[in-house]
Amino acid sequence: MTFIRPDFRHPQSPKNDIGYTSKDYEGALSTLCAGCGHDSISAALIQACFEMSIEPHKVAKISGIGCSSKTPTYFLGNSHGFNSVHGRMPSVTTGANLANRELKYVGVSGDGDSASIGLGQFAHVVRRNLNMLYIVENNGCYGLTKGQMSATTDVDSVNKSGMLNEHQPIDLVNLALELGATFVARSFSGDKGQLVPLMKAAMSHRGFAFIDVVSPCVTFNNNVGSTKSYDYIREHNEATSALDFVPMKDEITTSYEQGASQEVTLHDGSVIHLTKAISGFDPCDRRAAIDAIKDHNERGEILTGLLYVDTDPTDLHDMSGTSCKPLNSLNEDVLCPGNATLQSINESFR
Amino acid sequence: MSNKTNTKSKVPTLKSVNELVIKFANVNGTGSASANNMFAKAIFRMGIPVTPKNIFPSNIQGLPTWYEVRISEKGYQGRREGIDMMVAVNPQSMDKDVKSVRAGGYFVYDSTRPIDIRYIREDIHYIGIPLTDICRQEYTDARQRQLFKNVIYIGALAALLGIEFNVLSDLVGDQFKGKQKLIAPNIHALELGYQYANNHFDCPLAIRVERRDLVKDRILTTGNNATGLAAVYAGATVAAWYPITPSTSVVEAFEKYASRLRIDAGTGLKNYAIVQAEDELSAIGMVIGAAWNGARSFTATSGPGISLMSEFLGLAYFAEVPAVLINVQRAGPSTGMPTRTQQPDVLSCAYASHGDTKHVLLFPSNPKECFDLTAEAFDATDRLQTPVIVMPDLDLGMNDHLCEPFTWDDSCRYDRGKVLNAAQLDELSARGKRFGRYNDVDGDGICYRTYPGTHPTKGAFFTRGTSRDPYAVYSEDGDVYVENVNRLNRKFITAKQILPAPEQVPAKNTNKKSEVGVIYYGTSDASTREALDILAAEGVFIDGLRIKAFPFHSLVEQFIHNHQQIFVIDQNRDGQMRTLLVNELDAQPSKLIKLLSYDGMPITAQNIRQQIENHLFTEKTKKKTANTKRGK
Repeated sequence: MTFIRPDFRHPQSPKNDIGYTSKDYEGALSTLCAGCGHDSISAALIQACFEMSIEPHKVAKISGIGCSSKTPTYFLGNSHGFNSVHGRMPSVTTGANLANRELKYVGVSGDGDSASIGLGQFAHVVRRNLNMLYIVENNGCYGLTKGQMSATTDVDSVNKSGMLNEHQPIDLVNLALELGATFVARSFSGDKGQLVPLMKAAMSHRGFAFIDVVSPCVTFNNNVGSTKSYDYIREHNEATSALDFVPMKDEITTSYEQGASQEVTLHDGSVIHLTKAISGFDPCDRRAAIDAIKDHNERGEILTGLLYVDTDPTDLHDMSGTSCKPLNSLNEDVLCPGNATLQSINESFR
Repeated sequence: MSNKTNTKSKVPTLKSVNELVIKFANVNGTGSASANNMFAKAIFRMGIPVTPKNIFPSNIQGLPTWYEVRISEKGYQGRREGIDMMVAVNPQSMDKDVKSVRAGGYFVYDSTRPIDIRYIREDIHYIGIPLTDICRQEYTDARQRQLFKNVIYIGALAALLGIEFNVLSDLVGDQFKGKQKLIAPNIHALELGYQYANNHFDCPLAIRVERRDLVKDRILTTGNNATGLAAVYAGATVAAWYPITPSTSVVEAFEKYASRLRIDAGTGLKNYAIVQAEDELSAIGMVIGAAWNGARSFTATSGPGISLMSEFLGLAYFAEVPAVLINVQRAGPSTGMPTRTQQPDVLSCAYASHGDTKHVLLFPSNPKECFDLTAEAFDATDRLQTPVIVMPDLDLGMNDHLCEPFTWDDSCRYDRGKVLNAAQLDELSARGKRFGRYNDVDGDGICYRTYPGTHPTKGAFFTRGTSRDPYAVYSEDGDVYVENVNRLNRKFITAKQILPAPEQVPAKNTNKKSEVGVIYYGTSDASTREALDILAAEGVFIDGLRIKAFPFHSLVEQFIHNHQQIFVIDQNRDGQMRTLLVNELDAQPSKLIKLLSYDGMPITAQNIRQQIENHLFTEKTKKKTANTKRGK
């Protein structure tokens, strides 16, 4: 933050449907280490929001604590952001969402934030199917406190100081599936081609959309022997399918090969086109997804892509029957029952 | 039974009309609470001030539970020591129950079996009613036998104490509205008891009640009911909570009233949201998230919950996010005595969290104040942009109290504090000004905020718990940090001016200035006033001051300054309010005398009077002795 990024942009930078340029989705300059996977994720988010023509101020970005949780400063500078407390991003987002259901909520968390201190809140926000995009920037270590192992570090993974992890890792993707998440994906910060359409689909999903993004820590966990290093992920990544996201308002023009492709229509009418890499994999089959992830884990491979989607989910507002109008927009006329009613309530206490 | 009364000539007899304490000893989970509540309500409907207290264990079924009812036509509503009549329906606690009756008082028991000789005292009257026998003859179902036993003894008490029978039968009608089938059998059970007592004893007894017109338009309800209702009136739309005694009924009341009064007529959808969170950390997180996003939100908890919420409270204080917390206090430490009352969280709430934090506290004394101060808490938290904690206790929250009826000024608008909308943001930049979330343009320590989604290009800011400059930009610069935390202190000076002033209760000797004062708060109110009346009758005149809010109003400082000796009444072990006064006002510690009660029962006037007299008397004696010695 000690220096300022040049404000200049090409005068003919392309504009999206609502007249914004990509710059309108940028944030402050990142203070993370050069080459950090998290910066690529921020860039993917900027691109996804730009391409989807989301008004930046209609997004609220919320995070916990850690390197990942610092990133909301680095994208969507015209959105309100809230860097809350460690592991508690889900509860703050839940409250915010209850107050105004019309904004889009992007929660950014890390593996320490979500799989350790915040595991409870992670589990319960999944159960409530809160309408949000929940990103875990998963680097398998605690970067901000200098590289301690985290709960997502794989067994036998070696950290920078040569320590071998012997504890079982928590796979947040499997956990989310077990807990009933309605949109589950895994990606890699170095694969923008996969990550951007996933983010777009996730933001169109009306319910809890979870993306676990393996995001190497260049400073503390990019060494030989680590299973969250750039090299390791590139060598062991297998995608379920190539995918393309077509928002509801666009005419569907993309054509895919018969037999190898599948279309998934989301609740809002948007369409995800999947070109299958794994034959028979159905992203609408929760059990099959869990099995496929476990099979790949056993082979030492990381399965990425869209793993599961429920196209007609019931979110927290649906479940609790909340007003369609944002609760924060209601005033006395609607909220206060008035003195005459109060006097009749007094009668019940006599 | 041949003799109509068992009153023995040698036994002293208490005589009293409308000044008595009746205690019920029951077994938890047997349905006694609603019968006992009907008893208290009947006294209330006869126009006589009444104060019932439910003394219950942390248990669902089987342990001893008591219900104590003070009837006082003088209007005293604190707990009074000494039981005039014990209705002993629980063999487990009978030993203790017999002992607690005042000489000349009455012991009502189930005489189906003869009473154990160990429980016979020569100085009290025994009234045996064969409750089990009557039930066995009348009912075949075991559950009915148990439930109606409670109603039968209420019927008997009506005869013994002179309660108007139709008041009771009306209450039964009210209680079972919509369940018509249950009305007749309950009235029948009342009659069984009523007739048995009339046939076997000289009714009414020398202690009894008589109709008065002293209640006027006052109401009888619990603090938690009032608090939940106030949250509806004050415009709370998000409630997030985790169940904990004694606060659970706050959110239950909110839900009860919101589900009646906050449904959109067109769609049937709710103009509120309630989330039962996975824990207190999550509950307060949701409250903060909702308030940050412009909704009025609250949580209700008790001491252990406050501990868990402390980290978030520090964030809300520093990030300047509103939040209303209702802390219905119970005895600690740890889980303490979860179903017994205390005021043990004054310090933990005032300074909750890490770093230099302090929080606005409000101290209601009765349900009417629970209503008013909760409503005020929502305005104060929006105006001050800091958490506000309302601090009732178990006694106030869960027991019925007689209080003034609730009122609402329909012309009043919610004060949402300094919030800029899109037009105001445009106007600001038209004037060449830059919006700064933490820029104190008015000098009162309170800055303007915006809700997310307000304006496409203006007013967005990043909320964080880490240090930042007036424009919400991250900064670790020492000067920037100091300016920021000093501004937060300025906000507390503003708070002193907008929070409710203490209630002043001057001593009744108008011609002479009193040098002794007493500072108290919350549920110590009723007993303190009674104690001051008793002391005044004895010629000891003491000024009273009841604190309603922290940070302390300037009147509190003046009161301490104007008195030589001040008793500070705390229902906790360490005199927490006294500590807060010493710490915040630089008050001379030797001037502030601890007056404590922390056995889990509401403080009594007798206790307060005793401690004051002991102290004043001993002090005088000490002085005298010293003088005498010096004289020699």
